[in-house]
Parts: sequence; C-alpha cells; structure tokens
Amino acid sequence: MIRPSTSLQFGILLCLIPMIMATISFFWQPFDVPELNISNRLQPVSLTHPFGTDHFGRDMLSMIMVGAQTSIAVAFVAVGIGVLFGVPLGLFAANWRGGFIDDGIMRFNDLVFAFPSLVIAILITAIAGPSAFNAIVAIGIFNIPVFARISRGAALSLWQREFILSAQVAGKTGLRISTEHVLPNLMHILIVQATIQFSLGILAEAGLSYIGLGAQPPTPSWGRMLADAQTMVSLAPRLAIVPGVAIIITVLGLNLLGDGLRDALDPKLRGSMKK
Amino acid sequence: MIKYFFRRLFTFVLSLALASIVIFSLVEIAPGDPASFMLGINAQPDTIAALRSELGLDQPKINRYFDWIGGMLTGDFGISYTYRTNVTEMVGDRLWVSLPLALYALFLSTVIAIPTGIYAAAKRGKTGDFAVISATQLGIAIPNFWFAIILVGIFAIKLQWFSAGGFSGWKDGLFNGITSLTLPAIALALPQAAILSRVMRSALIETLGEDYIRTARAKGLSSAQTIWTHALRNALIPVLTIIGLQFSFLLAGAIIIEQVFYLPGLGRLVFQAITQRDLIVVESVVMLLVFAVILVNFIVDITYMLVDPRLRQDSI
Repeated sequence: MIRPSTSLQFGILLCLIPMIMATISFFWQPFDVPELNISNRLQPVSLTHPFGTDHFGRDMLSMIMVGAQTSIAVAFVAVGIGVLFGVPLGLFAANWRGGFIDDGIMRFNDLVFAFPSLVIAILITAIAGPSAFNAIVAIGIFNIPVFARISRGAALSLWQREFILSAQVAGKTGLRISTEHVLPNLMHILIVQATIQFSLGILAEAGLSYIGLGAQPPTPSWGRMLADAQTMVSLAPRLAIVPGVAIIITVLGLNLLGDGLRDALDPKLRGSMKK
Repeated sequence: MIKYFFRRLFTFVLSLALASIVIFSLVEIAPGDPASFMLGINAQPDTIAALRSELGLDQPKINRYFDWIGGMLTGDFGISYTYRTNVTEMVGDRLWVSLPLALYALFLSTVIAIPTGIYAAAKRGKTGDFAVISATQLGIAIPNFWFAIILVGIFAIKLQWFSAGGFSGWKDGLFNGITSLTLPAIALALPQAAILSRVMRSALIETLGEDYIRTARAKGLSSAQTIWTHALRNALIPVLTIIGLQFSFLLAGAIIIEQVFYLPGLGRLVFQAITQRDLIVVESVVMLLVFAVILVNFIVDITYMLVDPRLRQDSI
C-alpha cells in the first residue's frame, strides 16, 4: 500500500518538472518562441527538437517551457486571489459566528458556488476581452468561496478550544485572536487546499485558453497548443500529446502533493490512506 | 422539517433573484452595442436608433430587467438579435443535444464509478485498491477536452468507428444519435467517474467501520454479504448527492466538450452568442444553466433531508 510519504515524494517530483522548465525558460529557451519558421514545420522528434516542431515550425520544447510559465502564473495568482479575499472572509464569519455578517458571507458563498463556474468564467473573459489577466480574475473569483468556507469551518472548531478561551480571558479582541491564534492553526488546511485549487486552476486555464479565452498568441499556453493541435491530430498526434502530458504531469503532481501534505501536516489524518 | 424546507426554499428563490441580477449586470456592462453590431460598421445613426427602439434597448435598465425576468418566468426568452428567431425555440432545440449528452455521461460515470468504488473499498489496502486509487488520480488529472481530442484521434480518425464531430439530430434514428454522442459522453464522464469512484470508496469504507457492520459480521455474515445487504445502502447516500451535483455540472460544463466535437448544444450556443454579441441569448441561456444548477442543489438538499432523518433536526 502506498505510504503517505510516497505520494508526497511523487508529488514533489512531478511538480518540480514544470517548475524547473518554467524557471529555466526565463533565462534560456532552446529556440525563440514567437519566431515562425514555416520551412521547418512539423519536424519529427530529434536531438535539436526533442519534441519536434509544430505547424508553424516553432520548437515544441520551447513552447512547453514558456507555456509552463503562463499556466503556473495564472493558476498561482488565481489561488492568491482566493486566499487573499476568502481567508479573511472566513475568519470574519467565524469571529461573528451566528450573526448576520456570518449569515451574509455564507449566503454569498452559496451563491457563488451555485454558478456554473466555467460558464461565468467564459462570460467574464468574453465581456472583459480574452487575456491571461481576465482568465486569472475569472478563475480567482471562484476560489474565494472555497477558501472562505474552509477557513470558517476550521476556525469555528478552533473557537471552541481552551487556548482560544484563555486568549479571550486575557482580553484579546476577536480580531487579534483571529490573526494570532486561529490563522496559524489553519495554515496546514490552507496549504493543502491551495495545492488542490492550484491544480484546478491549471485545468481551468488550459480549458479557457483552449477555447481562445486565455493568454493570447504569441504567448504560448498549453491549452492554446491543444487547440492548434486539434486539426493536426491525424498528421502529427505528438502536437496534442505533448501539451496534454504536460498538463497531466502538473495536475497529477499537485494533487499528489496535496494528498501527501495533508497526511504529513495533519497527524490526525495520518494513515487515512489505509482506511 | 417544514421550517427547514421553507428556509431552503427561501434561499433557493433568493439565489435565483441574485443570480439574475448578477447576470443581467454582467451582460449590461459588456462593451459593444448589439444594434450597431447587427447592422455592421456602415450603418446610419438613425437606423441604429430605430433598431435600438425596436429591440427595446432604449428603455431604462430597470424596465428591461423586469421585462426579461417576466419573459423568462412565462417561458418567453425573447428574440435572438442575430438569428431573429425565438430564443425559447433555439434553447429547446439545443436542449435535445445537451440533456441527452449530460444523461449519457452521467450514466457512464455511474456505471464505471460505483463498481470500481465498491471493489476498491472491499479490497482496501490491497493491490486492487491501489490500482483503483491510482487510476482515479490519473482520471482527475486528465483535462476532459484533451481526452476528447485523443479519443477523436484514435476512434474517429484512426479506427473510424465514430464520427469526429457534429450531430445529425435524432431524426436519423436513436442509434445514430447515440453513436455521435458516445465519444463526447466518454470524454465528459472520465473525470466525473474518477471523482465518483473515490466518493463511493470512502463512503463505503466509512460505513464498514460502523458498529452495526461489526454486529453483522459477528452474526456470521460473509464480507460480501455484509457489503451488499447492509453497508451499501447507507454508503450510497453521499454518492447520490454527488451524482445529483454532477448532473448540473455536466449540463453546464459541457461547453468545451461541445466545442471539441462541434455539437450544437447549449454550451456552444452560449459561446457563439457571446462572440456575436447576441446578449439576449447569452443572458437567457446562462440564466437557464444557473437555474438548473441551483434547482438541482435544492432538490439534492431536500432529498438528503428526506433520506437522513438526522438532518431534519439540524438547522442549516
């Protein structure tokens, strides 16, 4: 049976692949990405082009490397938006639990949850114009209720604990207790959730750029590469397989990392894989 | 229980009202005037003004909002700006693609997920369980539209078992219709099946840890008998919830898959309407999808309450 540390190790290993690719591409790329070289199109896999070239003669490896930047940046900032707005909302709701602020925040959450996120993301990017920035906003908005709900839920149980009571007796305000005592104890849950949302963000970004509503050309993105590859799938299936595998590696890595971190950070859940 | 029902009903109506305001405002702030878009760049200002008043675009926003809502409630979704046809009819036509597709995908997802989930739970900690867990991890990580492209590559282009896209309609017979929806349904079902299988597995494992299961085993029932006659019934409750939620997701989430297979469904209708600035279609279809999602959530909550008596006492 898989040990928690195994999924953590696998997760880290898989996540490192796109991370390293993205980092290297900031300093060096095998070929210049926007450069079209039609005479060089659809080159097979070779030493110069480890993944071959696409129908415009662009080097696939370079595009995957720069595409990793786009995917990671969009998903990362979208998670950031969720944490930045969602966690304070959840802490506020837990602080004034049972009151109308709590009720209002939770109803707002339910409302956002009820929206089919993909449809609204498409609506937002279509209204504001397709761009990587608007994709971030569209994905980020749906991360807010996720983090609000999870931090409220965990904070509520923390508020029942003795150490919070003693902080209250010591005269600390709700705001101070929330930031000094509740938030640090939520960290492990938030880190795990952030990892999961990160992987969902990668998938969402790929979907949006596949239908042309994400990062715009010439910026390479994995979803865009898949859209371009679709008409070529009989000629060069590799064009569709390579970006797809890049997405799968990243998402799988993040999910395994999330599982591994949950087991590693929360002793109560240790061994839950064996259940 | 009745109090709970009315509370949920109130939230349901409130969500719908808020959702309609959000959708209306989002579409209102969209750049581009539908009238000038319809008439092209060479249109005279007075022609545009005439069309604007014909479409009712010169009315105050608040009137237009209530006209729209009133129309939706009576089944009149308005007239499409670009096609000049009744939106209700357009939606009706598209629903005959999206609804069967969602149901087909849901069927596949359930048929795959429940047996694998039960199997994994029965074999927990063993190789079979590990195989199912690994497969579901992979299933969740695969983007469904990529899977769709690969399916087209293998089964439509290489083997030529299915067509690569398009939908000829149901008039050519049930079999043809189902055949052209098969690849899209498989692509849609994959990640859902992976999620559902995990839910089935963990729900069953949790139920198997209960005292009454130990009693059943102590009575001398075999492991398989315990699962089939006692554990499964209770473990299915969370699974049914997820199936309900997945249905609304499949209905609304098929946009990208419909795009891959050029299927004339609701998702593709929204997508085309957005690019053509056909705002009345966008508003109505998005509202319809949101309505479907909120309605399914509501039904799931109420069913949950009926099935699980413990929930009747809790205030939500």
